[in-house]
Amino acid sequence: MKKALKEAFPHTIPILTGFLFLGMAYGVLMKTKGYGPVWSVLMSAVAFCGSMQFVAIALLTTVFQPLQAFLLSIMVNARHIFYGISMLSKYRGLGKMRYFLIYVLCDETFSITYGVEPPEGVERRYFYFAISLLNYLYWVFGTLIGGIAGNFITFNTEGLDFVLTALFVVLFLEQWKKKENRVMGVVGIMCSILSLLIFGADQMVIPAMILIVLCLSGGRKKLCI
Amino acid sequence: MHLTSLQTIGIIVAVALGTMITRFLPFLLFPEHKKIPEYIEFLGKALPTAMMGLLVVYCLKGVNIIKGSHGLPELLAIGVILILHRLKNNVLLSIGGGTIVYMLLVQLVF
Repeated sequence: MKKALKEAFPHTIPILTGFLFLGMAYGVLMKTKGYGPVWSVLMSAVAFCGSMQFVAIALLTTVFQPLQAFLLSIMVNARHIFYGISMLSKYRGLGKMRYFLIYVLCDETFSITYGVEPPEGVERRYFYFAISLLNYLYWVFGTLIGGIAGNFITFNTEGLDFVLTALFVVLFLEQWKKKENRVMGVVGIMCSILSLLIFGADQMVIPAMILIVLCLSGGRKKLCI
Repeated sequence: MHLTSLQTIGIIVAVALGTMITRFLPFLLFPEHKKIPEYIEFLGKALPTAMMGLLVVYCLKGVNIIKGSHGLPELLAIGVILILHRLKNNVLLSIGGGTIVYMLLVQLVF
């Protein structure tokens, strides 16, 4: 387990940066709305859903609407369904540990556990567990710092959140190296841009997911994977 | 705080439940002991790269090409990432380099 953490850590450094920063931003924002670190950390630890937590701030500052919160988080997080489908075979045979892995399967954890092969000498499930746990802790810890001491940061952090964009660009490039993946990559980018243009920034994800599945299924015979 | 403590917990639970449905659904539909249908297996292989493409576009969805900096900092930073990654092929270096370039651009230039 120790070895798995040691091997996993370098892969999670960009996420450490991004999650500490965004987690802190979340903690600070919650505080300005009157929700101290107890609440922001509780949300981060229990729901652990990044962008949806920012959306949920709006739900915490209006009348009590739990059903809307429930439905909205299904829609905002619908992309997780595709991560699950992608991880079905990788997360098989891992015993009880898989419940934790699935619980914390976010964008960043998915891109790494899917994209990076566990190094030799490290058990697969420990490697996945280490990556998932580290990323989870970064987010919760970032929230805690933000909730307690967010106002003390003095250096200019503008643009730091780009680290997660950079992470996805690089992991995309890593997939791009395999020639057979390229068509899928192009499909993903094109469908997403099309969906962004038609449905706008706030509504783009679900239509993009539908478009992607339609395109991939349509070309299934030609993709030969 | 707008809501009472109990209501806040209610919202947290509701958000968590909604999120966990999206995370657990595929694993509930296709449990370990059952064979994964061929079509789902195909999706499992075809979706990841497409989804990473979606994530890249999703991260850039707020960029306005018409107003402000016209998306130039993003374009340049991604350009740097492409070049760095081609030359050095080092994941951390590409991510770090791209992020630093982006931060310098939005703080000092644009």
